[in-house]
Amino acid sequence: MINKAGSPLLEEENIQPDTRHGVILYVEDVSVSFDGFKALNDLSLYINDGELRCLIGANGAGKTTLMDVITGKTRPDVGKVSFGQQVNLLDMDEAQIARAGIGRKFQKPTVFEMLTVFENLELSLAGDKGIWTNLFHKLSGEQKDEIDKILQTIGLQKERFMLAGALSHGQKQWLEIGMLLAAKPRLLLVDEPVAGMTAQETERTAELLTSLAGEHSVVVVEHDMAFVRSIARKVTVLHQGSVLAEGSMSEIQTNPEVVRVYLGEDQGAA
Amino acid sequence: MIPQSIQDLFKKFGSLPVVVGCLFITTLYVSVCNLAFSEGSALHVSTYTVTLFGKYLCYALLALAVDLVWGYCGILSLGHGAFFALGGYAMGMYLMRQIGDRGVYGNPELPDFMVFLNWESLPWYWAGSDSFIWMIFMVLAGPGLLAYIFGSMAFRSRVSGVYLSIMTQAMTYALMLAFFRNEMGFGGNNGLTDFKDILGFSLQSDTTRIVLFALTALFLALGFALCHFIVNSKMGRVVTAIRDSESRVRFIGYKPEHYKVWIFVVSAMLAGIAGAMYVPQVGIINPGEFSPLNSIEMVIWVAIGGRGSLYGAIIGALVVSYAKTRFTAIMPEAWLYALGGLFVLVTLLLPKGIAGFVPSVLDKFKQAKKDKSIAEKRAAEVKS
Amino acid sequence: MLRTFCLIFTMLISALSATASAAEDFDALINQLPHKNLRNITPLLEKIAAQDDERVRFVLTEIVNGDLYYLKSNKQVVSIRKTPDGDYQLTAIIGEQALENQSKSAMKKIRTSNRIRSDIRGLLAQLDLTHKKEAVRLAAVKQILDDPNSESIALIKKHLKTEKSEDVVQLMETAMAVNQFKTGSVQEKTSATKALKNSLEPSVRNAMVQELNRLSEYKNSELSEDDKALKAALTKAIDSIKQKRSIYEFIENLFFGLSLGSVLLLAAIGLAITFGVMGVINMAHGEMIMLGAYTTYVVQQLFPQWIDYSLFIAIPAAFIVSGSVGILIERGVIRFLKGRPLETLLATFGISLILQQLVRTIFSPLNRTVAAPEWMSGSWQINPIFSITYNRLYIVIFALAVFFALLAFMKRSSLGLHVRAVAQNREMARALSVRSDRVDAITFGLGSGIAGIAGVVLSQLTNVGPNLGQSYIIDSFLVVVFGGVGNLWGTLVAAMSLGSFNKFLEPLTGSVLANIIVLVGLVLFIQKRPKGLFPQKGRAAE
Repeated sequence: MINKAGSPLLEEENIQPDTRHGVILYVEDVSVSFDGFKALNDLSLYINDGELRCLIGANGAGKTTLMDVITGKTRPDVGKVSFGQQVNLLDMDEAQIARAGIGRKFQKPTVFEMLTVFENLELSLAGDKGIWTNLFHKLSGEQKDEIDKILQTIGLQKERFMLAGALSHGQKQWLEIGMLLAAKPRLLLVDEPVAGMTAQETERTAELLTSLAGEHSVVVVEHDMAFVRSIARKVTVLHQGSVLAEGSMSEIQTNPEVVRVYLGEDQGAA
Repeated sequence: MIPQSIQDLFKKFGSLPVVVGCLFITTLYVSVCNLAFSEGSALHVSTYTVTLFGKYLCYALLALAVDLVWGYCGILSLGHGAFFALGGYAMGMYLMRQIGDRGVYGNPELPDFMVFLNWESLPWYWAGSDSFIWMIFMVLAGPGLLAYIFGSMAFRSRVSGVYLSIMTQAMTYALMLAFFRNEMGFGGNNGLTDFKDILGFSLQSDTTRIVLFALTALFLALGFALCHFIVNSKMGRVVTAIRDSESRVRFIGYKPEHYKVWIFVVSAMLAGIAGAMYVPQVGIINPGEFSPLNSIEMVIWVAIGGRGSLYGAIIGALVVSYAKTRFTAIMPEAWLYALGGLFVLVTLLLPKGIAGFVPSVLDKFKQAKKDKSIAEKRAAEVKS
Repeated sequence: MLRTFCLIFTMLISALSATASAAEDFDALINQLPHKNLRNITPLLEKIAAQDDERVRFVLTEIVNGDLYYLKSNKQVVSIRKTPDGDYQLTAIIGEQALENQSKSAMKKIRTSNRIRSDIRGLLAQLDLTHKKEAVRLAAVKQILDDPNSESIALIKKHLKTEKSEDVVQLMETAMAVNQFKTGSVQEKTSATKALKNSLEPSVRNAMVQELNRLSEYKNSELSEDDKALKAALTKAIDSIKQKRSIYEFIENLFFGLSLGSVLLLAAIGLAITFGVMGVINMAHGEMIMLGAYTTYVVQQLFPQWIDYSLFIAIPAAFIVSGSVGILIERGVIRFLKGRPLETLLATFGISLILQQLVRTIFSPLNRTVAAPEWMSGSWQINPIFSITYNRLYIVIFALAVFFALLAFMKRSSLGLHVRAVAQNREMARALSVRSDRVDAITFGLGSGIAGIAGVVLSQLTNVGPNLGQSYIIDSFLVVVFGGVGNLWGTLVAAMSLGSFNKFLEPLTGSVLANIIVLVGLVLFIQKRPKGLFPQKGRAAE
């Protein structure tokens, strides 16, 4: 399915996470502190293979920090993070983790503004990320088709030769999702995908994310409760750096503690 | 207006053939005019001018090197003078050994300044310096190695932006202090000079100077082609992506530090070649070349020419160097005012430099033309 | 106190010279000089020496140097100095007024012989040993200590009993011990060695080393028991002195390091505000320092008669000059480049070139010397081998004062609060009605003004030239980055430790190499810990 032919030096490209127990991501007893402030506090979380999981929580609950830990941007003080059963993510840097098959979309859309939409996707394609191969690299017909397919999915065919910096905010969000798709990761971490999107765009995003689940595992961080309700099968609530509750949307909504610390306030505000 | 055919060429191959063509024509013109016409002739180009042009072309190659890392990869190096000077010193050492026993002290082995310091033998790092091949190797390896060590340490620990700039400046400053010391064995204050010949050809002869000039033009053309190839490859796009958002590049699986080290080393080697071509034409290399001010002047060439545009870097180097020559001849006082003013004005008003300014004006012109024709069409439609 | 001294002084004099008579007038005695010859001049000189008059010392010194003459015409006693054009400049001893220049033929020398001169030197030593000022007495004893002879030691013995100052007594005892060591028997030498083992006088150590070398020429078997004891005592004493010296050398290096660190601190602290707190890269920071130094120069040129107080005018003046230039730069250039650090770097570099050239045009490219006020010169002699120059001492104190004043300003004042607020979150601060534009300008002015103050201090240490600032800019940046950006305490620690490190390295490697090593070390350090010694953590710091 995924073309992982690369140089043998880059072994993490050939990593297949061991998911015999049905779990693709293990986060166990992780703590992170910044200057005494505990951003994550003994947090444990398991993501099943092929699952679509929503993470919710108030500001400062530790959602983004958790993403940072999984993708290697932040090192936890203690704890264990592994991809499948055997791949220890704490030994790898961001690039290695990305090559191993964990993709991430940022809260603020970050695309390469001085490259065209097409080039943005080209760079994100799975494949050898070494210097020499890229110096003499030519796109194959297959890869061009793949990019075309993704452009269609994200609805940016017309803008393919436009500089990404000239796109609207929503289009940038889509482009970033497209870049995720191009990398064909096993696990997608999506941080606030619908911020700044119109209702119609939001609906399409929801469709896309649900269709991805199954083949990929998807973790979505979102503030928009309506959006979460529309896609979520399982929801995890974070509070002050640890897991407060976990379960289906209806379970969460009736959980008295969650209502007290999060939903209550949020719904009151909304 | 630029002729239509050149514009078409531009569209097809980018600036590569234009730049190479210009270089070729200039070289041909200068050589012919220098050698074929006698001194009194109106068409004669003096050897002084040839050497001056040669110097400018060295600067242009250097500007290309700076542009490659700054314009395309976002690494503002304030220490490229160090790579330039190291290449120059590698060449200088070779030329020094070619003097042989024609020095003031007549020592066949040791350069004059070592005899003066009462040294008994050559220091170990001068070994092999009388070999031409070794010199070529050192011109590339010296700057390349320094760039590799410095770059791999700095980029691995993710030092970037202003911090990196200041560190590169500290690097060249430290090297300057070091090369000023007599104990370093590079001639201290005076540097290396009094060269006689290269590969047996006298450096004073007009033919040698023309050949050196032509070689510099050749290297500039090759350097331009190399840079052109790099920035238009997928690798070049990765590098541009690193400039725009390094962390995003990391999260799609590239190792930006590897790319940055690689491009930094290539750029340092180009600067080294520029230094090596500079020394035999100018006839001296001294620690002043390491001074931070020199490195910053290189940056201003690129800023004025237009960073992120290869031909812009060349134009910037030529324009600023020419202006410097004129200014320092007419009113030396004013040069630093002019240079300082250029820094301020270009950053404030012309962030994309000449190369960004000219096309945007052209675009506006074209747009105006288009608008006009559209308006005329509409007017015609309305009439009909 | 003074009165007791005077009393003792008069008593001493009457005890010393048998023929002394306080009633006899100094002027009268001087006027007798031309009438005496070699045989009968000594008693007169003794009488002069016995006078309680400030000019006594001068007259005697002039006689020893052969510069005391009298005019043939009127027998007026004068001291002479040769002028560059071969004439002689005369000063009358009585009345102390300058006379017309004369040629040598119009004058006659007050003649002396070797013996008389030696007598006069004795008289001078005696004068110094009984001088009112403790410092003069100390200097006199010290001179004897460096080259003791039986007569001078006898003098010391005489004055030891009446000497009241602890320090002088101690030094007198040392001098006597040195004499004993140089002239005594082997046993006496041994006991003198033991007495001298705590002395730090260079001449003591030299004498001991000489003696030890002499003893070392013999084989152990050739030495008597006494010699062996002396040798052991000498070895021990020299070791003990060496140890003490090395401690003081360490303290001296440390102090030099701290004073260099203070200069770095002053140079860097303005940058710690503009770069550290505001995040603006100001490559013209060095030129702010230079402007401060030139302000000092101008102030001194304007008020040449008040050199001693010029610094007190120069400090606020430099603050205002550099500060307002800083505000101009911020308003004119930097604010248009917000969020584009590399462009800011280039533009401010251009400004630095312009400022340098401006100074060259106005003041010439040559270095200017700024005079040091009286109270900055001289040094505080703590012991014979360790002294602290006042200018370094004041600079350390001044740098720390500026640092703490700035710290207090940032932590306590409302403007400081605004500055920190804007630095941490500009949007939020604006939402809270902080006028961020104004705060930016003031902060930048403050940082630049402090750089100007640093320039005043630097003008006391080096020559003032257009390139003065340039040599400090890289150092300053490294200090700020080394300490951790945005952390004033970090800047303090970084400046002091870099200064000390440099000074401790210097004796081993020489100053240029020490400089290079520190630079390279810093570059390596920043690569290991890009956020400096005291990094700011957390998401805000990203």
